[in-house]
Amino acid sequence: MRLPIFAAALALALPAAAQTGDDTVTTFTLPNGMDAIVIEDNRAPVVVHMVWYDVGAADEPPGKSGIAHYLEHLMFKGTDDLGPGEFSRIVEAQGGSDNAFTSYDYTGYFQRVASDRLGLMMEMEADRMRDLRLDSDDFLTERDVVQEERAQRTDSNPGAIFAEQRRAIQYLNHPYAIPIIGWPQEIRELTLQDAIDFYREHYAPNNATLIVAGDVDPAEVERLALEHYGPIAANPDLAPRVRPSEPPQLVPRRATMEDDRVSNPYVIRTYLAPERDAGAQEEAAALTILAQVLGGSSQTSIMGRTLEQEEGTALYTSAFYSGTSLDDTTFGLVVMPVPGRSLEEAEADMDRMIAQLLEEGIEDAQLERIKAQIRASEIYGRDSLQGRARNYGVAITSGLTVEDVQEWPRILEAVTEEDILAAAERVFDMNRSVTGYLTRPEAPTEEVSQ
Amino acid sequence: MTFLRALTVAAAAILPLPALAAVEIQEVTSEGGITAWLVEEPSIPFVAIELHFEGGANLDAPGKRGATNLMMALLEEGAGDRDARAFAEATEGLAASFGFEAFNDSVSVSAQVLTENRADALALLRDALVSPQFEQDDIDRVRDQVLAGIAQDETDPQEIASATMARLAFPDHPYGTQLEGTRETVSALTRDDLVAAHGAALTRDRVHVGVTGDITAEELGPLLDELLGALPESSAPEVPEAEYALAGGITVVDFPTPQSLVLWSHEGIMRDDEDFFPAYVMNHILGGSGFASKLMTEVREERGLTYGIGSFLVPRDLAAQYMGQFSSSNDKTAEAVQIVRDIWADVAANGIATDKLDAAKTYLTGAYPLRFDGNANIAGILVSMQAQHLPIEYIATRNDNIMAVTPEDIARVARRILQPENLHFVVVGQPDGLETGPLPAPASDG
Repeated sequence: MRLPIFAAALALALPAAAQTGDDTVTTFTLPNGMDAIVIEDNRAPVVVHMVWYDVGAADEPPGKSGIAHYLEHLMFKGTDDLGPGEFSRIVEAQGGSDNAFTSYDYTGYFQRVASDRLGLMMEMEADRMRDLRLDSDDFLTERDVVQEERAQRTDSNPGAIFAEQRRAIQYLNHPYAIPIIGWPQEIRELTLQDAIDFYREHYAPNNATLIVAGDVDPAEVERLALEHYGPIAANPDLAPRVRPSEPPQLVPRRATMEDDRVSNPYVIRTYLAPERDAGAQEEAAALTILAQVLGGSSQTSIMGRTLEQEEGTALYTSAFYSGTSLDDTTFGLVVMPVPGRSLEEAEADMDRMIAQLLEEGIEDAQLERIKAQIRASEIYGRDSLQGRARNYGVAITSGLTVEDVQEWPRILEAVTEEDILAAAERVFDMNRSVTGYLTRPEAPTEEVSQ
Repeated sequence: MTFLRALTVAAAAILPLPALAAVEIQEVTSEGGITAWLVEEPSIPFVAIELHFEGGANLDAPGKRGATNLMMALLEEGAGDRDARAFAEATEGLAASFGFEAFNDSVSVSAQVLTENRADALALLRDALVSPQFEQDDIDRVRDQVLAGIAQDETDPQEIASATMARLAFPDHPYGTQLEGTRETVSALTRDDLVAAHGAALTRDRVHVGVTGDITAEELGPLLDELLGALPESSAPEVPEAEYALAGGITVVDFPTPQSLVLWSHEGIMRDDEDFFPAYVMNHILGGSGFASKLMTEVREERGLTYGIGSFLVPRDLAAQYMGQFSSSNDKTAEAVQIVRDIWADVAANGIATDKLDAAKTYLTGAYPLRFDGNANIAGILVSMQAQHLPIEYIATRNDNIMAVTPEDIARVARRILQPENLHFVVVGQPDGLETGPLPAPASDG
C-alpha cells in the first residue's frame, strides 16, 4: 500500500500556482500534463469553465475533413455515465449555458454557470475527456445535422462559398486550405470509427488547457482540478503537432465567382502572412496596426478616408489580419465599389492605396489615435469574462504562452511607423496573394447565332 | 468513473439556486428633470451608457419610410463644429465608442467612455445627439450605403422571410414595412426630412437612461443635463394601433438555394399581459434557447432535419407575435413544417409534462443572474426595464414570478396562445411539396 500513498503525496506536492504579469491571472500544471489558467473577476457570482484541446481541423487525417468539428458535436452524445444530451440538460438544470467550437487550431468546450457549480462542470467535462460512448443511430442523425449546418452556413451564402474557394487556392499544401466544417462529399462518408480514432488520439489531459474565469479562488480551482482532471491518465503516444507546410508561393492567383444572389460586387485580396510566434510577435504586431492604418475606420483609415469619403468611389473598404494562428495566416483587403464602378477599377484603387501608404507613410496623429484605442481596449476588454478567457484559449492553442498574451499590448505600443512600412513591404507580395472578384452575372444579352 | 451519475444527481438536487448578483440600482434625477437608473461599478475605469428613446421608426412621416434609420446613421457623420472626419478623429483619439440604432418602437444610443476623458467624450456624444450637421455630402454618401444594404437584403433569405412576414401580418402599419425604407423612399429623402426625423425621434420626454460603471450618482446628475438637456419635447403624433391581419397558411417565396428558410407566426401576447410569465416559461419548454427544447429535440436531435430551430415571443409596443424559425434542406422542409404543426397542436391540446416545467424553472431562474456580467449588459438591462415600464425592484422579484408558474398556468396559456390553425409559414427557398395556399389538412392518424 505504499505506492498509492506515495502517489498522493506527489500529487499534493505541486508547485504553487504561478503568478503572472497580470495580478488577476495565475497558472498551474497538473501532474498528468494538463495546463490551467485562472482569471479572477469577483464582480458577479459567475464562472466560465473552458477546456481547450490542442487539436483542430488542420490536424485531421487526409480524406477525413470535418472530423474534428463532427466529433465536437458527438461530445454531447453521452458517456459511460451520461446519456445522450444529458450533459447539456444538467448544465441547463443549473441555470447555465454550454456550447463548443471548432477552428483550425483548437477545439473548445465551455459552460457559463453560477460559480458554486464549478466542481460539477469539471466532473462532467473530465468524464467526457476519456469516456465518450457513441451509438450508431446518434452518430448518423448527428451527421445529418452537420450537413444541415454546412448547408445553412456555407452553401446558402455566396460570400461563404467564395471564401471557401479562395482559401483552397491560398494554401498550396497546408491543411488551412480545407474548410473547418469539411468538404461535403467527405462529411457524408465519415464513420463512427473515424470519430473514435480521432478522439482517442487527441483528447487527453496532456493535450488540453483548462481555463477558469470568474468569481473563484485560484487555490480552490487547483484543488477541484486535481480532484476531477488529476486522475485522468496522459496519452503517452501523443504525437507532436506537425502539419504539411507551405512551399514557396511563386505566382499570384485569381478567382472570379458569379452568383445571382450577389447584390454588391466586391474585390478581396489576401496575402499569405506570418502569425504571432511565441517570443517573437513584433512582425504580427506591425501587421495588426497596418490593418488599422489601411482599413480600420471608414472615416480615418487610408482606404476609408480616400475611397469612401474623399473620392466617393467605394461603398465599403476594410483591411483585416488575425495574427493568432498556429501556422501562416493571411492579411486581407476588401474594396466594394460604388454602383457603376467596375471591379477592375476597384482593384486599381486598392493597389493605389497600398502604393500611397508606402510612398507617403503614416500620419503621426493617426498612429497615436490607433494606439490610444489599443490602450483603451485593455480597459474595455476587462469587462468581458468570456472574452478574456477566450483570448487566452485561442493564444495557447496557437502556440503562444501566457507571457506572450500579457506582453502583446506592450509590443503593439512599441510599433513604429518604420516597423509598419517594413512589414507592409514584406507582406504585399503579389506572388503570395489571391485576388477574388465576387460578382453577379451580366444581364443576358442578345446573341447573334450564325 | 461509474460514481459520476450518482454524484451528479445528488449535487444537482442539493445545490440551492445561485445567489442573485448584488445589483443595487439607484434612481438619479438631474436638476433639469432627466431620470437615469445607475449601477455603480468602480472596478474598471470606464462607464457604459444606454439611451432608449420611445417612438422610433414608427414615427416616420407618411411616404418618408427610412428617414429615422438614415437620420440615426448620420448622427456621427459630422456634429457640432466638427465635420465627419474631425468627429471620427476626436472619437478615436479619446477611444470612446458610440452606437446609434433605429428600431420600429425606439431608437437607441450606446456609449462606452473612459473615466480619464469622460467629459470630453460625452461632449462629443452631446454634439451628435443635439447638433448633428446633416451635410448634403454626408447624407448622399450614407444614403448610398443604406441603398446598398437594401439591395443586399433583397437577395438574403433571412431578410426576404422577415420582410414577407411583416408585410402579410401588418399590411396597414409601419410594422408591415422595413424600417430601412425602399429604394424609392430612401432616394427621395431630403435634408429637411432628416431634420424632422431627428426632432421627432430624439426627445427628452421619451428617453430612458441606463448607466453602469465608474461613476457616482453625484457625478451623473449634472452630466445628464449636459448630455440631454438641450433636446426638445415631443411633438410627433401618436403612432396608430397595429392590427395583426394574417390567417393560417403557407407562403412560398421562390428562391434558388439548397436549403429553405422557414419563418412562422401567429398572434402573440403583450409584455404587460398577466399571462406573460406563464407564456414565457411555456415557450422556453417548447422552443426556447439551448438544446433541450421540444422543437430542438424532435426536429434536430431525433431526426436531423435542421441545424437549429426555435420559437420566440415577440411583444412589441403596439402588437405581439409568436414566431419561430428553422432552415432545412429543400427535400426535408415539408416534413419539418409538419412536425412543427404536430407539436403545436399537441401542446395546445395536451400541455407539457410537469417534469419539463421544473427543469425550465430551474434553468430560467438560474440563468437570470448570469445576464448581469459586464457594464454594457447591465446598462442595457436597466434601460429595457424602464422601456417595459417595470418597477425598479423588478430584479429582486423576477425569479419569484417564474417560480410561481404552475402546471395549470402552462396548460391554460398553451390553450390560450397556441393557435395551430392560425400558423402561417413563410418559406424562402425551393421546398419539395410545399405551395402557397391554406394549411393542408393534417394527415389522418387512422
